[in-house]
This record gives sequence, C-alpha cells and structure tokens, in this order.
Amino acid sequence: MAEKDLEKIFQDKVDAEIKIEPKDWMPDDYRKTLVRQISQHAHSEIVGMLPEANWITRAPSLKRKVALLAKIQDEAGHGLYLYSATETLGVERDDTIEDLHSGKAKYSSIFNYPTLTWADIGAVGWLVDGAAIMNQVPLCRCSFGPYSRAMIRVCKEESFHQRQGFSIMLAMANGTAEQKRMAQDAINRWWWPALMMFGPSDADSAHSAQSMKWKIKRFSNDELRQRFLDMTVPQCHLLGCEVPDPDLKFNEETGHWEMGPIDWDEFWNVVKGRGKCNHQRLRDRKGAYDEGEWVREAAMAYAEKKQQRKKATQAA
Amino acid sequence: MSKKKNWPLWEVFIRSKAGLSHRHAGSLHAADAEMALEMARDVYTRRNEGVSIWVVESNNIMASDPEDKESLFEPASDKIYRHPTFYDLPDEVKHM
Repeated sequence: MAEKDLEKIFQDKVDAEIKIEPKDWMPDDYRKTLVRQISQHAHSEIVGMLPEANWITRAPSLKRKVALLAKIQDEAGHGLYLYSATETLGVERDDTIEDLHSGKAKYSSIFNYPTLTWADIGAVGWLVDGAAIMNQVPLCRCSFGPYSRAMIRVCKEESFHQRQGFSIMLAMANGTAEQKRMAQDAINRWWWPALMMFGPSDADSAHSAQSMKWKIKRFSNDELRQRFLDMTVPQCHLLGCEVPDPDLKFNEETGHWEMGPIDWDEFWNVVKGRGKCNHQRLRDRKGAYDEGEWVREAAMAYAEKKQQRKKATQAA
Repeated sequence: MSKKKNWPLWEVFIRSKAGLSHRHAGSLHAADAEMALEMARDVYTRRNEGVSIWVVESNNIMASDPEDKESLFEPASDKIYRHPTFYDLPDEVKHM
C-alpha cells in the first residue's frame, strides 16, 4: 500500500478514537514524537526521585517517612512503566538512558530546583505532582495504546501523592510561626516553576499542533495551566498563604483567576542546563547507572550459571 | 543498539483475584525468570493488585501480524448464526 493511503488509514483510526498499537503502521514522525515524549516522561519520573530522596532520612515522623518512601517508590515504578512503553516502539532502554546521560534527552526542568526544607517536600507533592497530574490525566486518552495504559496506572497511583504533599503543607501552615514561614518560603520558590511545567505558551510551543492532530495531546499548554491556576489558588488561600504573584486577580466575569507574566528567560535557562541542580541531577543519575553496572553484569552471569547447572542436572 | 548484554525483557501477567484469569500488566527487564517474578511483585503489585503472577520472556511470545487482521478475524463477522439472537423463538417459550 502507498504511504499516503497508510497515512490516511492511520489518521482515520486516530480520528475515530481507535488506539494505535505498537505493531500497527504509524508515520515515522509519530513514532519519533512518542519515543521523545515517553522517554523524557520516564526520565522525569526517575530524576524526580532525587529531590525527594534528599529528605527521606530527615522526615519529621515515621508516618511522614513511610508516605514519602511509598511515593518515591511509585515514581520508580512509573519510570519503569514508561520505559517499557517506549520499548514497544522499537528502541532499547539503554539507548534512551544514554540519551539522558549525554544531555540529548531532557527531563522535566522542575527537578532542577533544590528541596531546601521539609516544607519543600510538601510544596513538591502539592504543586509539582498537582501540575503533573493535570498534564497526565488527558494522556490517559492518548492515541498510542501502551502510553495510554501506562498513564492510567500512573494516574490511579498518583492521586495520593498530591494529598500527601498538601497534608504536609496543612500541618506546616497551621504550625508555629517558623513553620508558617517555611511553608510560605517553599510556595514562593515552587509556585512559578510549577506553572512553567505546562510548557511554553501555545504560540511558542514547537510540537503542539501536530500532537493535537495525532491525539497525543488533548489540551493546549495554556488551557492546562489555567485549570491548574483555578484549582490551586483557592487551595493556597485555604492554607492561609500568599500566592507570590502581585498581578494575580480574579476575573468576576469569566470566573477565572488571571496571573502575571511568566519569566520565560528563567524557564529556557533551566531547560538549557543552567538551573540550580542540572549538573548535580545528571551526575547522580550517571553515578547510579555506572556504579550499578557490575551488579547488572553479575546478575546476568549468575542467571547463566544457574541455567547451565540446571541443564547439566537434567542431562545427568 | 547497545553492545552490552542487557537483561532480557519479560511480560508480566497478573491474576487480580481467585476466579479471574491472568491478565497482561506490563513488562520489565530481569536476568532470569526468578528475578522477573520478584521484580514483577515490586513493580506491578504495590497495592494488592494480584494474588498470582506469571512471567514469560517476551521472545517466547508469537504474535499475529496486524496486516493479517482481516484474513484472520473478518470471516467471523458475517456468521451471525453463531449468536443466539439469530434464532427466533415463539413468544410462548419464555427461557431458552
């Protein structure tokens, strides 16, 4: 069949909300876009463990510690679901990880900010996971089957992450003056980076239009950012904290919150590697991978030895 | 393609409760079947999702080709006489 016909069959399926599965014909660019997006999503889950892991040993109570551990273990699982989804597109996991380590593949810039106090763990769960969920829920309906299935699992599991964070924020905001100050300080530092997680404004977003046509993406960056803003501002007020945006106002006519301008120079700086923790995050990931190499090799050698022993016993 | 010898890929199937069949949950890399089972437990059953796990090395799965979809599955679509609704019954017959 001619490429043009195949492409029409493909787009008709997408338009009819029929999922595309790994062995189905798909345009090269669709495959490339998915490999890029899903692997970067996987990297984000894995790198995202680092800023939170920073606080496991210093969690203020056993209850907070087990919840944080469970959340971080979930992020590891989510990374694995997503790497598996990438592999269904015919790429090797090691190659995607190599792209992360070489800097060719990105991960969400939000993880290049440091978690300075325990209140940051609250703000990360509440704001960062909140924004991530806002982005991920529409991905459950993504046209590519394995990505959509992975996102359904992820969203189901992540619903506790945001509550976990908000519960930390509530405790801090209702605590001593010093705890309140820490809560506000964490909000001041995480508010704008969380809003940047939705990506550049629609007009400047390189891949948006095509991704919408392929139903990889369902809503524009600005639409999702607005939803997040409308949901989160009242929550911030409920905490008795201030939103660090002097231009923030409620539009009575539209019923929406309106925010001041985002500092896109900061966003692009962090994307390009000049954030506070870019260097540290990549160093930690590469270190973990390189130092784990002998373990992976030893496990493989042991598995082969066991296999041979089993064969020998069967032969005897 | 990596030159390194990677852990093979395994497909994971989980029985969510007794009485139901095992269902594909996802995949993972592991050095051997035993390790695949242990990892499947950590990756796919953190919230009581299962009572039993199967793992199968992905290489051992033979899958039909999407291009054969029509020749494989279309012949069944016009055989409506394989469904009970094809047969009219007199009203007097209440259950059959």
